[in-house]
Amino acid sequence: MSACCTEEARPAVSGCNEATPGVACGCGNAEPVPIVASPVRPLIATTLGAIVWVAVYPWLETLAEWIVAQLPIDRQSHLGDALAFVLYDLPKVMMLLVAIVFATGFLRSYFSVENTRRLLAGKREGIGNVAAATLGVATPFCSCSAVPLFLGFVSAGVPLGVTFSFLIAAPMVNEVALGLLFALVGWQVALTYLAFGLTIAILSGLILGQLRLEGWLQPWVRDVRMGVAVLPGRRLTLSDRLEAGWSSVREIVAKVWLWVALGIGVGALIHGYAPTELLVAIMGKDAWWSVPAAVVIGIPMYAGASTILPIIEALIAKGAALGTVLAFMMAVIALSLPEMIILKKVLTVKLIAVFVGIVGLGILAVGYLFNLLFA
Amino acid sequence: MKDIKVLGSGCKTCQLTADLLKSEAEKLGVPVTVEKITDYAVIAGYGIAATPGVVVDGKVVHAGGLPKAADVDGWLRA
Repeated sequence: MSACCTEEARPAVSGCNEATPGVACGCGNAEPVPIVASPVRPLIATTLGAIVWVAVYPWLETLAEWIVAQLPIDRQSHLGDALAFVLYDLPKVMMLLVAIVFATGFLRSYFSVENTRRLLAGKREGIGNVAAATLGVATPFCSCSAVPLFLGFVSAGVPLGVTFSFLIAAPMVNEVALGLLFALVGWQVALTYLAFGLTIAILSGLILGQLRLEGWLQPWVRDVRMGVAVLPGRRLTLSDRLEAGWSSVREIVAKVWLWVALGIGVGALIHGYAPTELLVAIMGKDAWWSVPAAVVIGIPMYAGASTILPIIEALIAKGAALGTVLAFMMAVIALSLPEMIILKKVLTVKLIAVFVGIVGLGILAVGYLFNLLFA
Repeated sequence: MKDIKVLGSGCKTCQLTADLLKSEAEKLGVPVTVEKITDYAVIAGYGIAATPGVVVDGKVVHAGGLPKAADVDGWLRA
């Protein structure tokens, strides 16, 4: 899920992106997709696109260094360092973003909120939480759908704790963050992030379920009578699914490229100018208080994963502790003020506070664990 | 006259969906009324869990995301 298309004015950044994206995320401002003339077209476009991607990607660093070498700037200077970072990272992150968004849009065409709800209805707690967290990562869904989704799940007999596991996992394990971590920081970190994100979603949902907080829903929610909709089924062809991938790319890249550039700009400033000793003192692993500080600062903020990742990359290169920056990233993308405002329609403030508290503590624990594991 | 309802919180995609329905109806010369429903309890009554949803003459035909123009034409012609 991403915090997108809320009816409230959005503070700061966002995109349905990342998160949730996809054609399927109901929140794009993409133009209506034109009818595809030939079913072979997406297949050819995808094959060509993949070939160009694979051919170009390995040369990005060489190209960036060559351009900097042509400029009358000392490569070893602060400016040279920052410029090299921008020239290499901007095309790299954009290419990665296109690949990740395409793959996600394609894969998510196999999932839908309606099917997920059917799968989860009647599941017991425990196994239900595991299924919900996993499906939360795979199901296309955005925060403009958070309320109908919540009502739909709860009224279909999905236990409250299981619904929470879904609602936590969806933003917590963000596919753009996962893909960019994999490419920029390393597969070990990406896998650990995935495992910890799912664990937080499962455990938080289990705890929230045990607390029996059904009484803390907004009163009207308990009286909602859910209708049963039978949507006309449509068999999607491979070409439809590839087209879904492409339309996610069009929709999301158009929306987030500026934020990506902004994130890389901040990353470049950190890379070229931030004094390493100061950063290590504030965000290094010896500063125990930096993990809670990162979580507290990150919770009300919202920025897309593609904005935050280049900043993370630069911070790590400068010696910031991995757990601290990841805790910050998770707090920024998983918990956000706009999302809480939307959820207030169905949850009481008390329940939202418990939800934020449990997820925040989970992120805190992950931050410390990461710092221990990747010391 | 087709009676069309767009179910959603009033987010941008819902607005785009309503616009798309109107413009396609005009293109095909099908007379329609397009009504937007933003009350969550009413939306839940239609049984959908993802918005925007589209209801044509009382029947839910779409849930979640901007519909494709080709699909819209199909609903309007039916």
